[in-house]
Amino acid sequence: MAQIIVVTSGKGGVGKTTSSAAIATGLAMQGRKTVVIDFDIGLRNLDLIMGCERRVVYDFVNVINGEANLNQALIKDKRCEKLFVLPASQTRDKDALTKEGVGRVLDDLAKDFEFIICDSPAGIEQGAMMALYFADIAIVTTNPEVSSVRDSDRILGMLQSKSRRAELNLEPIKEYLLLTRYSPSRVKSGEMLSVDDVKEILAIELLGVIPESQSVLKASNSGVPVIIDQESDAGLAYSDTVARLLGEDVPVRFITEEKKGFLQRIFGS
Amino acid sequence: MSLLDYFKSKKKPSTAVMAKERLQIIVAHQRGQRDTPDYFPQMKQEIIAVIRKYVQISDDQVSVQLDQNDDNLSVLELNVTLPDR
Repeated sequence: MAQIIVVTSGKGGVGKTTSSAAIATGLAMQGRKTVVIDFDIGLRNLDLIMGCERRVVYDFVNVINGEANLNQALIKDKRCEKLFVLPASQTRDKDALTKEGVGRVLDDLAKDFEFIICDSPAGIEQGAMMALYFADIAIVTTNPEVSSVRDSDRILGMLQSKSRRAELNLEPIKEYLLLTRYSPSRVKSGEMLSVDDVKEILAIELLGVIPESQSVLKASNSGVPVIIDQESDAGLAYSDTVARLLGEDVPVRFITEEKKGFLQRIFGS
Repeated sequence: MSLLDYFKSKKKPSTAVMAKERLQIIVAHQRGQRDTPDYFPQMKQEIIAVIRKYVQISDDQVSVQLDQNDDNLSVLELNVTLPDR
């Protein structure tokens, strides 16, 4: 039985696509056959983050409309055999996603894949609602910042009332918090909400904390999911996140400030 | 932090604490509205309009609240502060 995971947030720019790409790649590297779908119709970007933008021929909306079949639209990842990307359409509007159409495509994918990652667009419009509607698991991507936390709470409300599981009175969507762009030194100096603060406000289980890291921009510049960079703290934090998603009990790293050397203390960093 | 910063006092109130307090209030408010039906805001406006036909009141003198006590009992609570005579 395939697990449908939505990566969502409400607010834009918090790291949904970065996280979708990293988590999908991580799952596939663990040997799980995974497909990651871009739901941001009209503003596709997952293909760029995954580094497959020049191989897009058909897209999600083509498949929904029967203009292409799934095998034509799915892009096989170059690095990872078990990973596939279903890109968003660049030309049509978000209303091209219908509940019936999306449901049909997800049903087809579920026959073949273990994990289906839905990369949600920002906002609470049609695209975002379709991305979360069929989910079994939600990864609520949040920055330790007031507007992001508030929007995450809004999305939690949607997951609990507007999803398929809510409408059919099934077991609710499993909600996880993924805290991104976390800066332990700013938390220590009282300028940033801490992991515990955000956990307390949103009251959901923590899946991972991704530290603010220069490696994320480097990774997107080169079209390589950041999880591939196993020398970076962000890459390692995403690996831990994937391990937790697969049920392993992994301690949370990178949430306390690194110890500075004597010279760094005097001259600043 | 450099040596200079070290000697500066840093006794300013933490902005993270302010953020947390503000969020706790707004999130509690948001959750209060989460379970209300879609027609609720309009119904509230119409109730206020009916009362206004007879008594001059402002929006903040009326509180309309829907409480879900258990699975099959919801209570609509209407609280109107009438002006002094």
